[in-house]
Amino acid sequence: MRYSGLKVITEGLFGNKGWGPAWRNPAPKAEYDAIIIGGGGHGLATAYYLAKNHGMTNIAVLEKGYLGSGNIGRNTTIVRANYYMPGNSEFYSHSLKLWEGLEAELNYNVMHSQRGQLILAHSDGQRDTLARRGNAMINQGDDAELWTLDQVKDFAPYLDFAQTRFPIYGGLMHKRGGTARHDAVAWGYARGADRRGVDLIQNCEVTGIDIENGVVTGVQTTRGAIRAKKVGMVVAGRSSQVAAMAGMRLPIESHVLQAFVTEGLKPIIDSVISFGMGHFYISQSDKGGLVFGGDLDFYSSYAARGNLPMVEHVMEAAMTLMPMIGRAKVLRSWGGIMDMSADGSPIIDKTHIEGLFVDAGWNYGGFKAAPASGWCMAHLMATGQSHEVARRFRLDRFRTGHVMDEEATGSQHNLH
Amino acid sequence: MRIPCPLCGTRDRREFYYYGSEDYLKRPTDQGTIEDLDDYLFLRDNPAGVTRDVWYHEAGCGAWMVVTRNTISHEVLGSELVAKKKEA
Amino acid sequence: MRIAGKGLIDRSKPVSFRFDGKTFQGFKGDTVASALLANGVKLVGRSFKYHRPRGVLTAGSEEPNAMIEVIGASNQTPNVRATVQEIFEGLNTRSQNRWPSLRFDVMAVNDMLSPFLSAGFYYKTFMWPRAFWEAIYEPIIRRAAGLGSLSGKHDEGHYEKAFAFCDVLVIGAGPTGLMAALEAARAGADVILCEEDRLLGGRLLADDAHLDGKPALEWVASVEAELKALPNVRIMPRATVTGAYDGGQYSAVERVGLHKGPRPDLPRECFWRITAARTVLAAGALERSIAFPMNDRPGIMLASAVQTYLNKFGVVPGKRVTLFANNDGARAVARQLMAAGVTVAAILDSRTDASAVEDCPVYLGAQVTDTKGRLGLRAISGTHVGGEFALETDLLAVSGGWNPTLHITCHLNGRPRWEASLAAFVPLADAVPNLTAAGACNGVFDTLGCLSEGQAAARAALRGLNMAAADAVLPTAEGLPYVIAPLWQVAGKGRAWLDFANDVTTKDVKLAAQEGYTSVEHMKRYTTQGMAPDQGKNSNVGALAVLADTTGRGIPETGTTTFRPPFVPTSIAVMGAGGRGAGFAPQRFLTSDQASRDRGAPMIEAGLWYRPSYFPKPGETTWKQSCDREIGYVRGAVGVADVSTLGKIDIQGRDAGRFLDLVYTNTFSSLAVGRVRYGLMLRADGYVLDDGTSARLGENHYLMTTTTAAAGLVMRHLDFVHQSECADWDVRFISVTESWAQFAVAGPMARALLNGYLDQPLGDFPFMATGAVTVGGVQARLFRISFSGEEGYEIAVPTRYGEALFRDLVARAETMGGGPYGMEALNVLRIEKGLITHAEIDGRVTAFDIGAAKMVSAKKDCIGKLAATRPGLVGPERQQMVGLKPLGAEKITSGAHLFIPGADLSRVNSQGHISSVGYSPMFDRDLGLGFLVNGRARIGETVRVIDRLRDIDVLAEVCDPVFHDKDGEKLRA
Repeated sequence: MRYSGLKVITEGLFGNKGWGPAWRNPAPKAEYDAIIIGGGGHGLATAYYLAKNHGMTNIAVLEKGYLGSGNIGRNTTIVRANYYMPGNSEFYSHSLKLWEGLEAELNYNVMHSQRGQLILAHSDGQRDTLARRGNAMINQGDDAELWTLDQVKDFAPYLDFAQTRFPIYGGLMHKRGGTARHDAVAWGYARGADRRGVDLIQNCEVTGIDIENGVVTGVQTTRGAIRAKKVGMVVAGRSSQVAAMAGMRLPIESHVLQAFVTEGLKPIIDSVISFGMGHFYISQSDKGGLVFGGDLDFYSSYAARGNLPMVEHVMEAAMTLMPMIGRAKVLRSWGGIMDMSADGSPIIDKTHIEGLFVDAGWNYGGFKAAPASGWCMAHLMATGQSHEVARRFRLDRFRTGHVMDEEATGSQHNLH
Repeated sequence: MRIPCPLCGTRDRREFYYYGSEDYLKRPTDQGTIEDLDDYLFLRDNPAGVTRDVWYHEAGCGAWMVVTRNTISHEVLGSELVAKKKEA
Repeated sequence: MRIAGKGLIDRSKPVSFRFDGKTFQGFKGDTVASALLANGVKLVGRSFKYHRPRGVLTAGSEEPNAMIEVIGASNQTPNVRATVQEIFEGLNTRSQNRWPSLRFDVMAVNDMLSPFLSAGFYYKTFMWPRAFWEAIYEPIIRRAAGLGSLSGKHDEGHYEKAFAFCDVLVIGAGPTGLMAALEAARAGADVILCEEDRLLGGRLLADDAHLDGKPALEWVASVEAELKALPNVRIMPRATVTGAYDGGQYSAVERVGLHKGPRPDLPRECFWRITAARTVLAAGALERSIAFPMNDRPGIMLASAVQTYLNKFGVVPGKRVTLFANNDGARAVARQLMAAGVTVAAILDSRTDASAVEDCPVYLGAQVTDTKGRLGLRAISGTHVGGEFALETDLLAVSGGWNPTLHITCHLNGRPRWEASLAAFVPLADAVPNLTAAGACNGVFDTLGCLSEGQAAARAALRGLNMAAADAVLPTAEGLPYVIAPLWQVAGKGRAWLDFANDVTTKDVKLAAQEGYTSVEHMKRYTTQGMAPDQGKNSNVGALAVLADTTGRGIPETGTTTFRPPFVPTSIAVMGAGGRGAGFAPQRFLTSDQASRDRGAPMIEAGLWYRPSYFPKPGETTWKQSCDREIGYVRGAVGVADVSTLGKIDIQGRDAGRFLDLVYTNTFSSLAVGRVRYGLMLRADGYVLDDGTSARLGENHYLMTTTTAAAGLVMRHLDFVHQSECADWDVRFISVTESWAQFAVAGPMARALLNGYLDQPLGDFPFMATGAVTVGGVQARLFRISFSGEEGYEIAVPTRYGEALFRDLVARAETMGGGPYGMEALNVLRIEKGLITHAEIDGRVTAFDIGAAKMVSAKKDCIGKLAATRPGLVGPERQQMVGLKPLGAEKITSGAHLFIPGADLSRVNSQGHISSVGYSPMFDRDLGLGFLVNGRARIGETVRVIDRLRDIDVLAEVCDPVFHDKDGEKLRA
């Protein structure tokens, strides 16, 4: 059933009895043309585009919990295209364009709001680096503006310009950056894929990958064995465990990233603001809560929760940057499992096993990448060739040294 | 979270710097192979369970240690000095 | 109304406060809620989505309706619970989320539109036309969202943080917690007792319980007195434990000054980090409501709250009370009201087999199906075994049973267990290591059971600590069984609320199930149930039960969502206490800092340090004038700069040279004593980590310098290499960055200055030499190294002499036509000489890139050597460092990209970028250092410098990065 404002009104008049399930809940078949392991944002997007772009509908998404139970279910919702390493530039640019048409594409309001992202600079050196990034963005065809201190003051007068530990010099504004409602993205892609015939199998954990003579033949799951000639591993923080089922190790270390939301407040922060000296970023959701986060806890973890030192560091950063939010109360904190790669950039590639593909290494930036990740992973699985905008996301790039190190921190996984 | 420094005793996590897995102790010399390098710098077991990683008591004695802990429960099972390991 | 002889407030201390512009009177010990109720105020807020009139529901921090703003002299605090905020003289508060007033709120129109505003409606619409989402729909949604508002002004409040350690942490001071604390304290353990309320006693006070045949107040007072007198006990009232973390660590928020009005000597709140060897969770239980039609009106409260207001505050907010309950325990509320002289219209018991014997009418098998009274309850109606009923009542006390307050047991990923006999979730043991849940939060609801569980939990903790039990004697108390028949929802025409705070009704949960959002997590996210300020404390179990019912599953099968810190909403300011302003990070000052400020030098951040940018002279109006002049000092006379911020590491031992050979790409074991060498250090992955100079001060003694930015990084790196690769070598090292104040003396007259100042003349002191000297009798170190390209020296003295040395050097330089120079000039000087900083070695740059491949010795291994041989790190595709000189005198900028003239300005055509720019008086134009694909092979080529952020499009010549004195003649003079 198509969603629309008219439908909301007509259904409302008749007790809302006409709304049907957003997706089916089928049992897994014995065989599919392709299986996607992982029913998060990227897995569901991959399934959608396999069906939409490549006509592959005899496919299944296998999700060990409920759809969207991973990082797509809890993140700081930022959508942007301000990466600047060649390889990343074109990918996120493509992703943002997909975001801009996503509601219409999915007929689901993902509440994509391009309210702008401002990255602050706190030294001449930082401003120079932002300039390099901004120029790369414009050369890529995206938007960027280098703002002076006065422009920042005008835009966000509530920042502490006078007393903050690291004074603000200016910033880089990316107007097409913004936020979106994360659950809606998962549900929108799920509904879209399901309508095209894709089977979304929940509560189905993959326990083994079947391989014969270097060729994938299917998977073992808690709901039985399923055959397929193409299998995609799209499980973010759990990538190493799933890859191990195929005898592979990945250049990934899983880490916890905490994030926070406050009680609902009347509008006070209009855009996304990122602090350059303590890794802190904040925006305000449409429900009024301030959504913010900071650094990883920095020790590898699968606990999906963190500890006090980073909680305090994030709050302290908030107080030095915008002390007006001091009276806002944190309602909830949570943590996700981040698949940190050895250069901070993702992997969308074949593996040495024929028919087995991997989409992983999104660090803590996976949400904004969901549309393009799905698009490119679908392209790779369907055609066997990397999509043009993802061709540098190779597994072997660490051996050859063709890395894309946005943070310039080197090969230490947790520094990206 | 508290980490047991072999020299100072159990201290708050905020006194320590985390580097990564104990694979960082396997640096290949300039005679090494690309596989050695891959194992040392990039590829990781990344276990959901007991792991061994290297930590530095940065705000304390400056000792590097290998900490055995569980990445699911965050239980810390023990630690030993990196320097002692090499002697062993 | 107030009831004489009841309550624990201080009637001798009246307090005036304001709510929505009106002044009210209460007493010390009242909360805003209890005082407003005592004054007959029923309407305290408007609900989030439908703007329905709401009253106080509870008497605790779980309150979902009575959220108010506290207005201070210079700021305001939104979303304060009226049930927690104690009144003080002059307190000024107002209601939220309504316009123009609480009684007449225009947004109440939403209530009429409720069929169209059901769960998830916004996902199905607002999509067309596309531009309308951001321009129209979203701004409206955002303005309607949120409850309270921030003022936008800096929070100037004072907040603190503290650490505490103990053997036993007891969370909650009701009967369970008090007994646990008593047992543990008498046994000699270090005990911390945290209690959210201002008074100890918990439900003993709220229920007016009796222990040992006397009012529980007496027992509480005696326990409190005993605990206060013990040196091993810290009692913390007004302190809520907000989170359990790893390693026995708990967070707590203490309301230090919020109940006293602004005082300069008191912080508003304090954030505690408590590390406990053992913990007893005695957090009690929270009563839940019943989802019957129209159950959200002002005047409908939880029965336990009615009891709390009666016994703790002496307030009954109604004249004709009705009780609607599904359990035995709620009867006590009705009995106490009647004993206090309040009219109880009826007890509506949903069970058919309960007792009908009370001093008031009892209806069995009763269900409320409708209520009336928009701004305050007037009447209710429903059914019972005898037919239908309709009652006039202005206070409906509801009890749907109790939920153990087990949230903290879930903070480390624990999930609770459904206990059908209690119709409640109970905690699993060992959900948090070394924490025992006891009493009501463990599903034990009778007083005797609580006392006994508290003692048992303390004994278990003492056993774990190898301490003997104290064997305290339990007082006598009631031990009545918990008799309940679950009632989750009542069918009816009207909407029945589950989540009051987010306006989620049973209809919404059913709609979610209908649309396939049947997992409890999907239902929660789709309907937003449980995502409001009370985080589901009042609705989780009820919503779960409705979902289970709707989907034909049992409650355990349907599952439960989890709980995360903080247990109660906690201000960012208190968790970030100390972070405001300069407190966020340490500040590091040079010994020349005061002298620099005296001269009006703007001090700018360089990492954690403050360094002088330039030293303005009277008459100069721009920084560039000062900078050009200072450059002139160094190129033409002599300049003095404080370079103490560069890292200095003292390395000693027979293997010191060998160690440097391992960490540097080039060789230092071959360095002669008394010489200095430039060194390059690689990261483990083969990129440049840092550069600097190391001096050999003695046979087994080196001094390494690092850049300012990488000092800490390098120290950590050296420690790692040493301990992981060569712990058995004879080498030790330590950071001495702060032990020595070091100053550059640079320029053609530098030697003359030093010759006239040092105790001994310099003699033959060649370039890259080092030696001990004395100045004014003080031992100093001299290095002939230069970051400016002129004849330059650096002199280091123990820090305590730094300021004096700086003042002397500057005074002397000024007599020679020179003076101090700052960071701006330093930057131009080094750019003219093609010397790099971390602007160049930005973390993605290799030795090959900066033309230093030859510095990587072929004869030995070093850190990063193997990694640097990977094909992607060498070759003509790499961007190599070059100099850039604009053809005209046009401005170029750092961050600009480089293009071949004629090429499209697209990302794929970008050939590189500029990393540093400085205006060079010598060349009368900007000079730049940058990186260009295959740059070294393209010297002489013309490239286009494009900065689209700042509208720069300029042609520049690619040149050798060393613009000035390429052969270093001046250096070696």
